[in-house]
Order: sequence, then structure tokens, then C-alpha cells
Amino acid sequence: MTAPSLFRDRVLPVLTVLFAILVIWHIFVVYLNAPFVRDQAARAGEEITFGQIVERTFAQDRPVLPAPHQIVAELWDTTVNKAVTSKRSLIYHAWITLSATLLGFAMGTVLGITLAISIVHNRAMDKSLMPWVIASQTIPILAIAPMIIVVLNSIGISGLMPKALISTYLSFFPIVVGMVKGLRSPDILLLDLMHTYNASSSQIFWKLRWPASMPYLFTSLKVAIAISLVGAIVGELPTGAVAGLGARLLSGSYYGQTIQIWAALFMAAGLAALLVSIVGMAHTRVLARMGVKP
Amino acid sequence: MNGYLAFALVFWLVAWGINEYLVRLQPKSEAARRTIGIFVPVLFGVTLLVIWECVVKGFEIPSILLPAPSMIWARITVSTHILWADFQQTFLKSVLTGYVAGCGLGFIVALLIDRSPFLQRGLLPIGNFVSALPVVGIAPIMVMWFGFDWPSKVAVVVVMTFFPMLVNTVQGLAAASHMERDLMRTYAASWWQTLIRLRLPAAWPFIFNALKINSTLALIGAIVAEFFGTPIVGMGFRISTEVGRSNVDMVWAEIAVAALAGSIFYGVVALAERAVTFWHPSVRGGRT
Repeated sequence: MTAPSLFRDRVLPVLTVLFAILVIWHIFVVYLNAPFVRDQAARAGEEITFGQIVERTFAQDRPVLPAPHQIVAELWDTTVNKAVTSKRSLIYHAWITLSATLLGFAMGTVLGITLAISIVHNRAMDKSLMPWVIASQTIPILAIAPMIIVVLNSIGISGLMPKALISTYLSFFPIVVGMVKGLRSPDILLLDLMHTYNASSSQIFWKLRWPASMPYLFTSLKVAIAISLVGAIVGELPTGAVAGLGARLLSGSYYGQTIQIWAALFMAAGLAALLVSIVGMAHTRVLARMGVKP
Repeated sequence: MNGYLAFALVFWLVAWGINEYLVRLQPKSEAARRTIGIFVPVLFGVTLLVIWECVVKGFEIPSILLPAPSMIWARITVSTHILWADFQQTFLKSVLTGYVAGCGLGFIVALLIDRSPFLQRGLLPIGNFVSALPVVGIAPIMVMWFGFDWPSKVAVVVVMTFFPMLVNTVQGLAAASHMERDLMRTYAASWWQTLIRLRLPAAWPFIFNALKINSTLALIGAIVAEFFGTPIVGMGFRISTEVGRSNVDMVWAEIAVAALAGSIFYGVVALAERAVTFWHPSVRGGRT
């Protein structure tokens, strides 16, 4: 057995798979876009070689599947080359979505933790609320997002808040489930020890249950922030495409701007990765402060 | 304060009192305990419905904002044929096909890469990453590629359900311990025998975890994909058009059907889990 190395065991496999994906992607670009190129050539009455077909499939205006370099170019063009305040800047749209995500995530976290605490401390709440918290998730909230937006709009609430509410609804569930599990995770021995110390229930909560729940909380937070981004994006779909990443997706699909759709998708993916890794870093920091050895 | 609101308040207090009393009971018999376990959440749900109905009537909230449950029920009973057609289009065609295909594909790919630790190390981080992404955003692309009808929704559902299944199955297949695997080797068991007798049973809890997550994901994916273009039938289509026409009670009827379908789907998967992983501590002990 050789010693594990970061590059050989971690980085290399991921890079290999990524490379394979890129290769397959390029093959599909040629395969999917070629019919259009052949069509064009036949219409113009010219004979084209395979090399020319390949070349043209990589440079279409509205490809069926854009080549990666086109997406990167579009991303670069709409982030670096445009002023941040411009309506054509992807950063502007990303910010609109991000603000709704963060507001919804914050409200979802507060709501989730509050519910979890009351569920852990009150038996009636546990028995009657928990099944409905679970059942609430079988309602496809994303499906009724349009209605929430429209209804809130008609009573004068518009803009950030409706989207944030959808994010809240999506993100509170993983937090409730994780926190209930976490707050109940202390051993019965430890709880008994607290009782022998004559600790009050708020002391038990702050000194034992709360610290014990931290790993569960952060794991749930990672799920919750990713899902609240989805909520914010879908919440933008029915407002009629004004601003935000979801609006970019919708307007791209109306006008057949595939490159724009893919750029918005990549932006959303990058945003999700960034948010999850920020929560991940906070997780490590908090655990380190609590004395967990890496 | 008018009668409706007063009634809602009284009903709420009484129901709360009954629940507080019931959960403090420590009945001897198993049957009584089970009845209480079902009755308490049901009473809570009924309370919510009663309060909803009374608040809507009491404050005279216009039905365009929030229709009362009785109104939604009336709408459901008069338009069952529309709801059934939408249910067929969205759930039976898009969701079920996509769910089976996506989960099946994820499972098969996980088995294929099982023998290569290199591929596992490469695919797992990427699979985890993709599961966290807003995959539902590919809906417009799939609608462009596969057309407006249900195949494009199936494609969205397949992509959404594939990665959770892949990641969980790979993790589950690694769950059997070294001791047990070595024991299989000493029995001279083949790869297939080891897979079927040892590793799949050990992996079932993980696989069912993915199946449960995917049961809600699939429904969401299919409905959201319909916002990007669909023939004139389907739950997503109905919701977005009826909102536009301010028929909010129809939208709520559609939501009720979706919630019911989602709950039953989840319940069926959970029952299957119970039947297959009857040995697992979380099922056997009943409580965690």
C-alpha cells in the first residue's frame, strides 16, 4: 500500500472525469448541430467537407447545444464587459436572485430552528406538528410558486418578498428535520448528568443540546441554501421575465437564445457552489472553535 | 369579533387541549397507542382546515386571494375530469416514466463504476456537486430538444433523479464492511453472489433514501418543466393558465391533487422500504 496522495487520489480522478465530460460534450455539439449546418450548406448549394461541418457547429448563433467556449465567452461578455448596473449584466441578474435567496434562507433558518426547538420541548407539538411538517413537503411548492407570486402581487407585495417566501418554505424543512435530530442527539447519560447538576431546561438547552446540534445544523444548512436558490430561481419564472436568473432562463427560452440559457445555468451553478462552500467553511470554523480536531 | 372567528378560536383551544391531554396518556395496549398516534396529527390538520375556513369567512377574504377549503372541495368535485386528464399527463406519463428511467439509470451506472475505485473517486464529488445545483433550470433546454409534449418532462425528471440515485447507490454499495466481504471471499463467492447476497441488502437503506428524495423531486421537475411550454393539458399548464385567468380555486384544486399524489407516491416508497429493509434498526425499532 502506498501512502495516499492528494493529487493522485483526489484531484486526478475528478479531472479525468471532467475531461471525459468535455470530450463527450464536444462530440454532442458536432452531432446535434450538424443537421442545421448541412441544411444551410444544401440551401446555399455548396459542398462541404466534414472538417467544415465541425468548424461551423462550434460557431453557430443559436446552436442546439452550444460549445463550452461559446458559453464561457457569453459569461465573460455579460459579466466583465458590462457595467454591473446594466440590465444586460449577468451579475445584476445574479444579484437579484441572490438577494431573494439570502433573505429566504435567513427566514427559513429562523423559522426552522424555532419550530425544531418547540418540537423538542413540547410533546403535543411533536406529535401533532411533525407529521404535517413532513406532509407539507409533498406539496410541490415550486408548482404553486406562480400563484403565490400573483396573489401576493395583488395585495401589494411584490419584488423580493414573494420569491424569498418561496425560498423560506423550501429551506425550513431540512433545517427542522436536521435540528430536531441534532437537539435530540445528546446521550441519555449526558442529559441525566445535567439533571444531577440540577440544571434548568434553558441551561440544558444552551450548554448541551445547542452545541450538540451544530454538526446537524450545518449539514442541513448546506442542503437548505442550495434549495433556496432553486426556490428563488423558480419564483422568478411566472413574474413575466423582468430580472433575475430565472427571468434570463425564461426569456432565453422564448427567444431561442440557447447560449443565454446556458450562461444563466452556469451562473446559477457557480452561485450554488459558492453558497454551499461558504456554509461549508462556516461549518469548519464553528466546529474548530468548539474543539473538534480535523 | 364575529361568530366565525370566535368559533375558530374556541375550536382551536379545544383541539389543542385535547391533544395536550392525549399525548400525556400512557395507554397500555399497542392498539390504543397507535390510534392516538394517528388521531393527534389528524386533529391538528382538521383544526388547520377549520381555522382556514373560518378566517376566510370571518375576515371576508376575497376568494381570489385565498379560497375557503369548502370552495376548493366544490371545485374538485365538479371538475374531476379535467383534474384526471392533468394527472394522467403529468403524473402517470412524465413523473412515473422519468422516475423509473432516472433511478434505474443511476442504479445501473453505479453498478458499472462499482469495480473502478478511480471512477468512483472522480464521479462522486461531481455527482454530489450536481445534486446541489439548480438542475430544474435545464427545463427550457429539454423543452427545446424534445418538444412540448411529455418526453421533454421525462428528460428533465431523468436528469434530476439520476445524480441522487448514483451518489446514494455508490455509497450504499460501499456500506458492507471489510469483514463481511472477506467472509464472502473465503466462501469463494463470485462478484454477482457477493452483490446479491451481501452488498445490495446492505445498500438498500441508502437506495431507498434516494428513492424517497426523488419521489418529490420528480413531481416538482415535471410541473416546473411545464411552465416552459406544454400542450394544453397537465398540472403545471393548468396552474399557470388558471392563475392568469384568476381562477384561484381551480389552482388550489390542482395543488390538492398534486399534494395527494405526492404523499401517496412517497407513502408507497416508504412502505416498500419497510418491506425490503425490515431488518434495519430504524424500521425494526420503530423509533429513532
